[in-house]
Amino acid sequence: MTISRAAALQWIENCAGVIARNREYLIALDAAIGDADHGANMDRGFQAVLARLPETADKDIGAIFKAVGMTLVSTVGGAGGPLYGTFYLQAGGKLSGKAEMSLEEWAAALEAAVNGVMQRGKAEAGDKTMVDALLPAVSALKASIDENKTLEQALHASAEAARRGMEATIPLVARKGRASYLGERSAGHQDPGATSSYLLLKAAADTWADG
Amino acid sequence: MKKFINNPVNVVKEELEGIALAHPDLVQVYFGPNYIVRADAPVKGKVGLVSGGGSGHEPMHGGFVGRGMLDAACPGEVFTSPTPDQMLEAARMVNGGRGVLFIVKNYTGDVMNFEMAAELAAAEGIEVQSVLIDDDVAVEDSLYTAGRRGVGCTVLAEKMCGAAAEEGRSLDEVADICRKVNSWGRSMGMALTSCTVPHAGRPTFDLPEDEMEIGIGIHGEPGRTRMALKPADDIVEMLMEAILKDLPFKSGDEVLLFVNSMGGTPLVELYIAYRRAHQVAEKNGLKVRRNLVGPYITSLEMAGVSITLLKLDEELIHCWDAPVYTPGLRWGI
Repeated sequence: MTISRAAALQWIENCAGVIARNREYLIALDAAIGDADHGANMDRGFQAVLARLPETADKDIGAIFKAVGMTLVSTVGGAGGPLYGTFYLQAGGKLSGKAEMSLEEWAAALEAAVNGVMQRGKAEAGDKTMVDALLPAVSALKASIDENKTLEQALHASAEAARRGMEATIPLVARKGRASYLGERSAGHQDPGATSSYLLLKAAADTWADG
Repeated sequence: MKKFINNPVNVVKEELEGIALAHPDLVQVYFGPNYIVRADAPVKGKVGLVSGGGSGHEPMHGGFVGRGMLDAACPGEVFTSPTPDQMLEAARMVNGGRGVLFIVKNYTGDVMNFEMAAELAAAEGIEVQSVLIDDDVAVEDSLYTAGRRGVGCTVLAEKMCGAAAEEGRSLDEVADICRKVNSWGRSMGMALTSCTVPHAGRPTFDLPEDEMEIGIGIHGEPGRTRMALKPADDIVEMLMEAILKDLPFKSGDEVLLFVNSMGGTPLVELYIAYRRAHQVAEKNGLKVRRNLVGPYITSLEMAGVSITLLKLDEELIHCWDAPVYTPGLRWGI
């Protein structure tokens, strides 16, 4: 089973949808420990992505993801712009020329994306950032491959791992980003970046697991 | 939310349109990507100074574009970092052949976006250096956080670097002055009320009528401690104590004392704060050689003040006194 170019495009559309539906939720999470702009920024960025998506509809998956990354870099702002921009740019770099991708190729692309995010943000696991949702998702994908799980099972496992990683940010004290200024007061709140990361990976599972 | 706006979505765009109409003699405003450059950019043979950050801190940064200060400012959405394409376009526009200095406040988003812009500019052969401003003493545990925030010293660094660049000094020399201002300056702020980000529609934090937040950031980030409201003199003494012992400032030091409004605090109260800050500085043996009082790095309509102390030498005094002609600061012209 593979993920087609059409499915990749569908995921991007669904990313925009899930971010728009959770805009206020992300704003509320960010208001608690940040500056209340994450939902609005991500929504603005993905609406711009949607507007430009037709331009890349006939391109390969790598080109589609890179275009998404460039659009996010130039429209999101904040920390989310460079981080999610890097996420899609790095993923796209691994998928150049691909009209479809296997589970293994998606896992390699996601791993490159997460490595890029960690480098750009100089963040590690446990810093209470998007990395805390993304890293477990990569591990779950790889474990599923090792265990010869189906594409559907692997995608659901990675989304589930991201959800657990996101929830595990609640007790953490932030060490990166604006929430870090709160020190101990950042504990008890779910990280907005980890939340948006989970939402995007959940959208991937929902989009691709049925296809 | 009660704000003098039209649609929250258009706040920055309409603000920039206003700046363009108000100051055509000083600046040009570009849209898509948004940036403000001085009217005569690029100035041949001069280092180009570019700064930027979220909107909502006016007059910083756009109000400091002009002769003797910034060559360009990149405004982001309210309280949101601008994007690399804005900074890259601005760098291209102000590159007079002697390199470009990015003056970057130390916030995660600003740092990453300017970093990407510097990579893109370098790839085009534009010589770029970046200096981070991180003068906020309220952030104590900077090893385990994103580090100290850039606040009041940003205004002073932009003014002094602008003077140095105007005199034709090299990129290395202008960057050195920026680093000197940052390493010799310390700031701390406090809030009496929250502010409301237009697209959020409600106050960023709740602060009861009888409490204040000490050590607040310029985006309403909580600070060191929340406590019962005190008289102005007591508040100023608290801020000054934290600032004085941080550098530390020593008896005999010559300083610039900058008392800043967060936006909602009127000048009448600001001068009450300045009075006490000046007295405390003198009591500690400091000589207040220069000062600045007013709303220069604000946080929307937040009520509160910040105090910045900058140790001076003759070079910095010279750079401070040099002519400046921008929408937000003007003298000596």
